[in-house]
Amino acid sequence: MNEHHENRIKQLLQQAMPPVEGDPEPSRDPWPAVLRRIDAQPAKPAGVSWSLFDSALLAGLVALVALFPASIPVFLYYL
Amino acid sequence: MQNEPSSVLNQFRNGDVDAFETLFRQHQRAVYGWILRILRNPAVAEDLTVETFWRIYQARARFQPECGFEGWARRIATRAAFDFLRSARAESELPEEIPVPAGTDPAVTDEIRRKTALAFGRLPPKLRIAAILAVVEERPQKEVAQALGISGAAVKLRVFRALRLLRKDLASQGIRP
Repeated sequence: MNEHHENRIKQLLQQAMPPVEGDPEPSRDPWPAVLRRIDAQPAKPAGVSWSLFDSALLAGLVALVALFPASIPVFLYYL
Repeated sequence: MQNEPSSVLNQFRNGDVDAFETLFRQHQRAVYGWILRILRNPAVAEDLTVETFWRIYQARARFQPECGFEGWARRIATRAAFDFLRSARAESELPEEIPVPAGTDPAVTDEIRRKTALAFGRLPPKLRIAAILAVVEERPQKEVAQALGISGAAVKLRVFRALRLLRKDLASQGIRP
């Protein structure tokens, strides 16, 4: 696709989907709905959280140490 | 969007709901407008504004006040819009009527505009968001990159890929722009 084609397709897209004008605002105040969501599903405490990635990382580390016990001093050195 | 005092940002980060409401009042319109620009459906944009602020509150511990609230909120809003576009619900909630912009090329018929909008709706969400923000809304590349969490070069690449796919889709329907 050359520059001419690119400009033509841009123009066509702008005509098919004109930009949103002005500064639109919601038809209703969303704050009560936000509060209801917060109350319905309280946020997790900001402290410690444990993800699937953390579990996979730990499993990988345990497997590595089990397969290569000689690596334990290296890990301890870098802790 | 406006700048807010760092005390409000710090209070929000610590879970203060009043501080969160202050930030909500300052930014909800901009967040709604941003989502509307991506999705073009006011009802869905309202739902996703709620979803975005809920996500913002959930993620408050990861918020870095020195980086500012505006860009962070925009990024979370973009992610919420992306998740919506990936869902099956997005297919059934596209706007049916396409407004005709002023100064339209008379050679471009309503049918071509409709087919273009439908073809655009078939693009992968990540290409679609980059193209609508950069090409249709003409937002600064830096702003688009920040909202998508990618580099400016990656934005350019996504836009190029979007336009190329769109052209191919239209060509398969006999439309050659």
